[in-house]
Amino acid sequence: MKTVIIDYDAGNLANVYHALLREGTEAEITRDPETIRKADAMILPGVGAMGDAMAHLRQYGLTELIREEVGRGKKLAGICLGMQALFEVSEEGGQIPCLGFLPGKIEEIPAAPGRKVPHMGWNELEFRAPHWIARGLPPHPYVYFVHSYYKTPSDTADVIASADYGVSIPAVVGNDSVIGLQFHPEKSGPVGAQLWRNILEWFEK
Amino acid sequence: MLAKRIIPCLDVSHGRVVKGKQFQHVQDVDDPVTLGKMYSGQGADELVFYDITATHEKRPIFVSTVKSIAEEISIPFTVGGGMRCADDFRQMLLAGADKVSVNSAAVLHPELIREAAERFGNQCVVLSVDGKRNGNGGWDVYIEGGRKNTGISVWEWTRRAVALGAGEICMNSIDADGEKKGYDLELNRILSEALTVPVIASGGAGTMKDFAEVLRAGADAALAASVFHFGQISIPELKKYLASQGIPVRL
Repeated sequence: MKTVIIDYDAGNLANVYHALLREGTEAEITRDPETIRKADAMILPGVGAMGDAMAHLRQYGLTELIREEVGRGKKLAGICLGMQALFEVSEEGGQIPCLGFLPGKIEEIPAAPGRKVPHMGWNELEFRAPHWIARGLPPHPYVYFVHSYYKTPSDTADVIASADYGVSIPAVVGNDSVIGLQFHPEKSGPVGAQLWRNILEWFEK
Repeated sequence: MLAKRIIPCLDVSHGRVVKGKQFQHVQDVDDPVTLGKMYSGQGADELVFYDITATHEKRPIFVSTVKSIAEEISIPFTVGGGMRCADDFRQMLLAGADKVSVNSAAVLHPELIREAAERFGNQCVVLSVDGKRNGNGGWDVYIEGGRKNTGISVWEWTRRAVALGAGEICMNSIDADGEKKGYDLELNRILSEALTVPVIASGGAGTMKDFAEVLRAGADAALAASVFHFGQISIPELKKYLASQGIPVRL
């Protein structure tokens, strides 16, 4: 089982690497196409702005490669910005075309009295239905979010869990080949560790 | 619902935590990683590591400390102390810090906030402000560890800093600090209501009730050092108490 963390100059790759290492998995941080092709599963982390992120992915020839590999049935987990990149388009810095594995759009979280942006801190996950990623988690688990943009609540078919922030924030999304987490499991304490174990187990299947 | 955060602050000097001697149940009491892990295990929501001997010559020691913290600790952490330029931010973020706090340097060069926010994102720029009541119903910003009054109003400075890109304000009350008679509730209420970014209350925690009051006043998080370090308040008990008071916390 070989897992790669895709390196496209996004921040905090090392934190994802160490979170996996704590679960006994040594992933490889890489942007080398051959290494990615040979891997069994891919993680797309992300901290930063979508315009830069997609530009870097394109510059390194990774957008097509990731699409091809997912098309071949390779599993992909997107974290934070990497989760948002799974959708069709992001309005962060214009109209940025993204990877398009899931239908929908990323928009800025609407500011309102009592709702500060970024959405930063620990918020509770509400699962819509039993799901493999919730295995071993306490009810309404708290996880750590830091983001100013979110997947709009339309096209909810792929939403697995949400967090309530005055607006419903899609927090876990996915289908059979991709999973996306809006929050940071690598910063979510024991709950985050269980989520990584569940993701690694899903990769193995 | 978003939880209110409890944040222990650890002072680090030459890679060791100072004031950490009271921990009897951990062996290496001065190790920031051990103490950080202990607080994290107890339910701290975030940690702050403050480099109290932050000259550029000492910085490499702190960088290696930050790296080992990032390897071992699975909750968010902020580092601060003597950050002077955007490259200091970069160094800390590359070492694995989630956020970097800046204080005096930003007062002297406000553009530092904009530059760091543009390069690394607002979410990792924490503006730490030392404020003291000025006798005219307002608060003045102090720098150089609370020694020098800039004459700038806290209200004006924090608003400007948010406009420049600060993603969070850590509000230290010089009046309340070390007194253990409670946070400055008025200051934290005014800032929390007025600012569009989270406010971390700092300075004055003495009892569990103090935490409840400042979080109820509107602060998004409460930071403390000595009440945790000297075992006067345990984080699990504090969080249970806050939950019983109807304050949303992560248990």
